[in-house]
Amino acid sequence: MNAPLLRVEGLVKHFERPRSLAQRLTGEKRSVVHAVNGVTLEIQRGETLGLIGESGCGKSTLGRSILRLIEPSSGHAVFDGQNLSAMGASQMMRMRARLQIIFQDPYASLNPRKSIREIVSLPLHLHGSGSAEDNNAQVEQLLERVGFRPDQFDRYPHQFSGGQRQRIGIARALVSRPALVVCDEPVSALDVSIKAQILELLGELKVEFNLTYIFISHDIAAVGHLADRIAVMYLGEIVEIGNTMDIMTNPQHPYTQALLSAVPRLVPNTARTRTVLSGDLPSPLNPPSGCKFHTRCPVAMPECAVLSPRLNPLKLAAAHSVACLRSDTHA
Amino acid sequence: MNTMSIAKKQTPILSIRSLSTQFSTPAGVLKAVQDVSLDVMPGECVGIVGESGSGKSVCFASVMGLIKPPGEIAAGEVLFDGIDLRKLSPEAMRRIRGKHIAMTMQDALTALNPAMTIQQQLLEVILAHDEDIARQSYWDHKRLAQARAIEVLALVGIPSAQTRLKDYPHQFSGGMRQRIMIAIALACKPHLLIADEPTTALDVTIQAQVLKLIASLRRKLGMSMVLITHDLGVVAEQCDRVVVMYAGQVVESGLTAQVIGAPKHPYTRGLLRATPRVEDLSAPVRPIPGTVPNLINFPAQCHFYSRCTVRSDACLEAIALTRNADGSEVRCIHIEEN
Repeated sequence: MNAPLLRVEGLVKHFERPRSLAQRLTGEKRSVVHAVNGVTLEIQRGETLGLIGESGCGKSTLGRSILRLIEPSSGHAVFDGQNLSAMGASQMMRMRARLQIIFQDPYASLNPRKSIREIVSLPLHLHGSGSAEDNNAQVEQLLERVGFRPDQFDRYPHQFSGGQRQRIGIARALVSRPALVVCDEPVSALDVSIKAQILELLGELKVEFNLTYIFISHDIAAVGHLADRIAVMYLGEIVEIGNTMDIMTNPQHPYTQALLSAVPRLVPNTARTRTVLSGDLPSPLNPPSGCKFHTRCPVAMPECAVLSPRLNPLKLAAAHSVACLRSDTHA
Repeated sequence: MNTMSIAKKQTPILSIRSLSTQFSTPAGVLKAVQDVSLDVMPGECVGIVGESGSGKSVCFASVMGLIKPPGEIAAGEVLFDGIDLRKLSPEAMRRIRGKHIAMTMQDALTALNPAMTIQQQLLEVILAHDEDIARQSYWDHKRLAQARAIEVLALVGIPSAQTRLKDYPHQFSGGMRQRIMIAIALACKPHLLIADEPTTALDVTIQAQVLKLIASLRRKLGMSMVLITHDLGVVAEQCDRVVVMYAGQVVESGLTAQVIGAPKHPYTRGLLRATPRVEDLSAPVRPIPGTVPNLINFPAQCHFYSRCTVRSDACLEAIALTRNADGSEVRCIHIEEN
């Protein structure tokens, strides 16, 4: 197998909460939000890795820590053989041409005072070496590719609908010819028919531009359609990772099973058992001991509260790893 | 007598007749809801499906009398239990709203008052509408209203309801806030609950909890319900009947199994093809090309014309809603060819 495009090793991101004056005087310890807790994964060239989980599970923080938009607390990410964590600011800046991100909110992520031509050409000004005419031609070509007419190039973001704004965000991410694009909930704010248009566009562009995607979403059906592999996160940790088909049809972790069974299906009156999890996600300020899922797990055993399961490959399917004491995995 | 014949004799609890709501804008008149008619039977759950701009929320804001200038209800009747709500005085409407018909809003964080505790917000509704409690002496009615508040919070599954009454909305998670809004809506045991996108902002696991809760409360209280959503999966699991709206008009309606299993209107079919399905990952997701038309000064033609795959020149005239023998409806002249 070729070397992976991206290798993430033991990535940790803890946010420390500021202490009040009284807490500082009494010497109370800082409380820490454990957003990402030791994530290790590999992404092959040309692959789409789906990252799913509930809000607050750390999937967006993981995506941003990989790109160093948020500085990780520890661990590192190796991109194309180069350690991103060890890079200085100017080196990292050059690297960003090849590492891009598409944001969830197409309203907040575009500068309202710049025309879409200016928005999409900014990455070329920062990274490109070509002449102004070359850059402009590239920008126009890409804007046309994502579905704009030439007479729209000098309009401003507020003149476009949500779906069109997401297309602007996609063009901005692709104009510097990246290898890896983190798609952070790119279709969550969109209507059904528009969502399908954007998913189709992302799929086509992946082939045309030879891209590798990290696709972060809580929309499990959308991830199922786009991803080659899926990683399921819970409270800052990956609890299960494997090929899309294995995860969707044969989930091993009780959390993945509950998550999948909660997705509403279109076929009415189909008899199926639904595991409804009780309660909310526990606070990442004070995560449960042992297996973090044991407080909501329908099949928890007494030892789950003590022992933390590690993410290990299944004995029967090496490409499918699970972090659960009940699973038959390699130690 | 079997249940079927009883059901047929029932009169609808809510009957919307030819409702049209429009907004005057500087650019012209925007007809947000055009000639919408639908019935909700006692105990029934009706799903209203449509994308942004389909008029589904404006339609039910009109039912509740919540349309403010520059919006106005141009025509139509809203019959609740036989009474035309549009003819009622604001005072009489206020007695019905919240007591007999309750509505929950999509975004629980903006719908709840951030500066009031949830106790204050619950008591406000109970004291305004519950005559039995309001008749009591000052001390008694406070105590009874508080007991009712705790009761409904427990009903919607808020743990330690008693202690959490004094909390503010920001101290609750998204799923809990949605429950509180449902609790406020249920505080006076309404006959009809209009839920506008109750689970759209929630994670699937929390969505499953809230939907399970709504379904069990509906059974327990014998309440009718209108579920406004863009999620066909939610409709498939919750609703007896479904009404599909597009650009201000009803384009298709019928029993849920029929509409989702054998959709007739090209828009409904497109919507189903555009929805990714977890149960069938190999089914391709096909988008509907184009976008919803701008309804300002929109010509009298099929509203779906610009995005339709089976259109013809005959579609450039106003298309009527055809009612079939089984009670289902569809607004398309090309059904046979589909």
